[in-house]
Order: sequence, then structure tokens, then C-alpha cells
Amino acid sequence: MAQIRLVKLRKEFGRVVAVNDLSLEIRDGEFIALLGPSGCGKTTTLLMIAGIYRPTRGEIYFDDVLINEVPPKDRHIGLVFQSYALYPHMTVYQNIAFPLRLAKRPKREIDKKVREVASLTQIEELLDRMPSQLSGGQQQRVALCRALVKEPEVLLLDEPLSNLDARLRIETRAEIKRLQQELGITTILVTHDQVEAMTMAERIAVLHQGILQQYSPPNELYDNPRNLFVASFIGDPPMNLVRVSYEIKNGRPYLVAGELAIPLSSEWAQRIERTAEKEFILGIRPEDMELLLKEQIFAFPGKVILIEPLGSGVLAHICAGQVRFRVLVSREKQTWLGDRVWVQPKLEKLHLFLLDGQSIREFPNA
Amino acid sequence: MGRSTRRLRAGTVRWIRWQERVVKVLFYSFLFITALPLIVGYLWLFSNSFSETLIYSLIPERLTLKNWSFLWRPPSPYYPSLWRTFGNTLVLALGMVVTVVGISTPAAYALSRMKFPGRFGLLAGTLILHSFPGITLLISLYYVLRTLGLLNNVIGVFLVKAGLMMPFAIWVMKGFFDSIPWDVECAALVDGATRFQTWYKVMLPQVKPGIGAVSVFAFLSGWSEYIYVITFVQDKRSWTLSSYVNSIIGDYRFLDYGLLAATGLFYMLPVLLFFLFAQKYLLRVSIGGTKGGR
Repeated sequence: MAQIRLVKLRKEFGRVVAVNDLSLEIRDGEFIALLGPSGCGKTTTLLMIAGIYRPTRGEIYFDDVLINEVPPKDRHIGLVFQSYALYPHMTVYQNIAFPLRLAKRPKREIDKKVREVASLTQIEELLDRMPSQLSGGQQQRVALCRALVKEPEVLLLDEPLSNLDARLRIETRAEIKRLQQELGITTILVTHDQVEAMTMAERIAVLHQGILQQYSPPNELYDNPRNLFVASFIGDPPMNLVRVSYEIKNGRPYLVAGELAIPLSSEWAQRIERTAEKEFILGIRPEDMELLLKEQIFAFPGKVILIEPLGSGVLAHICAGQVRFRVLVSREKQTWLGDRVWVQPKLEKLHLFLLDGQSIREFPNA
Repeated sequence: MGRSTRRLRAGTVRWIRWQERVVKVLFYSFLFITALPLIVGYLWLFSNSFSETLIYSLIPERLTLKNWSFLWRPPSPYYPSLWRTFGNTLVLALGMVVTVVGISTPAAYALSRMKFPGRFGLLAGTLILHSFPGITLLISLYYVLRTLGLLNNVIGVFLVKAGLMMPFAIWVMKGFFDSIPWDVECAALVDGATRFQTWYKVMLPQVKPGIGAVSVFAFLSGWSEYIYVITFVQDKRSWTLSSYVNSIIGDYRFLDYGLLAATGLFYMLPVLLFFLFAQKYLLRVSIGGTKGGR
């Protein structure tokens, strides 16, 4: 097993900077995810770790050994591609055995290992088939087997689930996580799907335009997004974001957006005053607000304009002043179209960002 | 009312079917008429080679194998042994296959997958060479071959032919390589293969249809070569079948049509057989090598 360290890793394609001075540490046996929208540099990073791309600058260490110049075949990695990249002219068995055959292992050992890893992912009965005769999920397992059979120190997964249908994705998600825990391989998952990253990884590195935005465990990422990008990217349905200004009315602190005025607690007022700013972007997650039928402290009035049933709950669109909020309501708590309601945000769950996107929690002394 | 519309509809359907049939008949008659000269040609060749005389120059009369006697005995002392000539033709055609496939496959891989200075120039250059009429090179090539001592030798001919065919072959093979996703190649590299092993064990098996197609084309072009053979090869011992057939026409004597038909048919037979087996590959190339890899 291996611990991985990226130091100021940079990759440029012509003038485009795909990965911008990325520094990251991955502990031995850890499962991390590189998460970001397409084009954020996550796959480029993965392929640099695999040794397929050469970094423009920066260093990659496996267990404190600099491996920038080590060819892919000597890095002891297993790689699963989004397209699975099975060898179409070989049977499943030959596909899985290929890495071992190249390593010139004895035939008996190859056979034993192929069957072992095939039973791990329950594809023993597919060994004689050709890849073209397999379903997407089966191909995915074969690709995983091929990556695991040489007992790699690092497992790299490039969007391994995105070609599977929704149900299979949930099953495979759990299965990959189980395998990773069983084998204890340091694993890097590249994905654009936050649910995948949240459910599988111990830590998530969010990338945007080649720059690392935040590197935290899933819950931390969700509860304390360090900037506006992470806040808006993580969470489904997404966080409500409103441009507000901080004002004192009648001696009480408010966040104001047009006609809407959200009353604040004194702790928030203190925190905000320390930044010495007046304009902010307010973020509230849909589940961090409550709908009330009568006025209460720290609540603001609004009107229900749209109801979206989600099965487990209801997503209510609320219009307050010129601002629209999405609020997640439990099914028991019925609301109807056109209802006048009071929206009470959970104050401790508010997120405030400076206009440059930085969270004020990150602000010195805030 | 419902019944009358139904009857009307049935009538319309019948009318449409009839129209379709007429169109089909016209279509096939047109194709048949345009193909007729070819069909008559083949028919003439076939019946002429097996008969002493022809009625209306098409229907055989008095069947005979006399025309085919060249298979075991030269028609006159003037001719070299048929089987030696046949062998030369085979060497020429197979030489083409080996040279063209052997060079175009690695070249196409490099052009498809690697970045190197002059790559674009090379691609453009091969295209220009492809549109270059080979006949204009006849005299200069003669000098080159004479200097190299390759005159009167089929090796010289297939080297020239292979060179002229290379652009086409490289472009076809490049199309096949282009259709293989990068991922598969990267996977092989990660799995522990060297660049060469990747090429040999993972890429080559996937471009087999392309290799097949290029081989067929190279074989046919070598087998049917005429102009370079009669220009560069005078020595009868190095003749190929095309010079053999040519000499039957070009000899200053009474033209034996029976013999001409028989040798022509003999010359054509391997090509026809080849075509039957290789149709699949040939079609794939003409559809476009780009997506033919699968």
C-alpha cells in the first residue's frame, strides 16, 4: 500500500492550465475522491498520477519516492477507465490475466489469481466470454478485476460508475467501497457526481478550473463549504444563494435583499461586523429552513408558488420579496400552493460569503 | 361509409404495391443493361476457352480442352514455363503484401498516435503522393532500378509498386488505428506493457480487418500489374502472367483467341477467388476505414 503526495502539481495543455499547482496528501489505505464539474482537471490529475500524462511542473510522491519519471507500468497502480477499456479481442479471462502475463508470472499462479479476483466480484461464470457479450455492469466488474488482479498499491478509478444505470450504480457503489475496505488499497476516485463522492470517499477534494477548492471529509464539505463554489456545487437540491446587504434597522441586525429582511442573531452580527464588509452572499440549504404558519422570531414572510413532490418529502418554492427560495418540507407538514407562510432559517446553519466567494468562517478572527 | 373507405384504402395499397413493382423492374433492367458489356465479356472469355469455334461469337461449338494445354506444355518454344511465370506473379503479389503491410502498419500507428515534428507534413505529403500519376515516373524509375541492379526482376517491380501504394495503405490503416480509443492503449500501459508490447499485443489484433483489407488490395494490385512489368522486366524468365498474356496478343503471328481466352481466364481465376473471400474486408474500406475498426 502506498501514501501519495502531490506537490504543486501543474499541467498545461498549450495555453490552457488544466491543473493549477495542486497540492494534496492521501494517506495510506485512504479512499479519496476528486470531485468537480467536467473540465475541472480531475481526470488530468488522475492520469498524471497514473503516469500517462507528464506534469508540466510539480512532484508526485508515492511513499516519499519521487515518481515523476517512472513509467506507468512500474508504478504498481490499477486503473479503471470510464469506458472500461477492455481489450475487445481477448476473453474476460485473458483480459484479467493480461497484467500478470506481462509480468511473466507462472501459469498456475495466474490462473489462481484470476479466479480469486473473479470470485471477489462474482464474475466467475463470465470468464470465457468476450467483452462485447457483456452488459455494462459486467464489463465494469471485469475492468475492476483487471485493475485489482496485480494487487496494486494504488487504485485509480476514473468515473467508473457513470456508464451504469441508476440502480446498478447504487449497488456497484457499495460494492467498490466494500472491496476497497477489504483490500485496504489507497484509492482515488474521479467523479463529477457528488453523491458518488459523498457515499464512497473518506475525504473529497473539490476541484474547479484546475484549482483545489476544498479538501475535507464529506460532512465537513457539506456543513462548512469554504467558498461559494463548493457551497453551490455540493448539495442536491442545491443551496439557496441570495445577494444581501447587512443593515441595522431599529437597532436590530438584518440581512436585506430588496423587500426581504432576514433578522439575525447577535452572534452573527458580531461575526459580520468583524469582516468590515456590507455586501454578502447568503447561502441556506433547502433543509435548513422551516415553514411556519404564523410569525415567529427570526422568521420572514413568503408565499408558496410551486410544489415539487420528491417522494420522501416536498420541495416548496417560496417567494419572499423578489427572492425565491427552495425549502425542503417533510411530507407530514403539508403546504399548499398560494399559502402565506413564515420561513424560519436555522441560524446556526447559515452560510455567508464575501463577494469574492470566500466564506466568512474562513475570515481571520471571524 | 366505413366499408367504402376500407375498400378505397385496399385499392390504394394495391396501386402503391404495383407502382413499387414497376419501379423495381425498371431499376433492375437498368442495372442489367449497364452490366451487360461486362457479362458478355466474361461469357465470351469462358466459352471461347473451352470450344473450337463460336456461334455468334458467344455460343460454344465443339467443346475442347486444347486451349488449356498451355498449362502443361508451352504453346510454342517462344514462351517461358507457365508455372514459373505464375510463380513470379505470386512473388510480385505477395511481395507487395509483405512490403505494404509491413511498412504501412507501423507508419500509420505512429501517424495516428504520436506527436513528432513533421507529422503534418508527412500526412500531407502522402496525400500528394497518392494523387501522383505513377506513369510519369516510368523513365526515372527505370534509371533508378538499373542503377540498383533490379531491372528484369520482380523485386524491383514490387518495391516500386509498394512505394506508390504506401500513401493509400497508410491512410487506410491510420483510419483503423484512429478508431481505437486511447483508453485501451493507456490501459495496456498501466497493465505493465511497454509501448511496443502495447502496439503488438493490444493494437495490432484490433486492426486485423484493416490489415486484411490492405493485404487484399496490395495482392490484387501486384497480381494485376502490367505497365511496370512490361517496362522493367524483359527477361522471359522473370515474366509475370500479365506479360505472358500480353505476348499472346503482341506476337507477330495469327492471334489464337482460344489460347488468349484460356490464359486470360487462368490469370483472372485467383483474383475472382480472392474477391469472393475478401469482399467483406474490401467493403469495409470503401465504407471508410475510420469506423471500420469495430
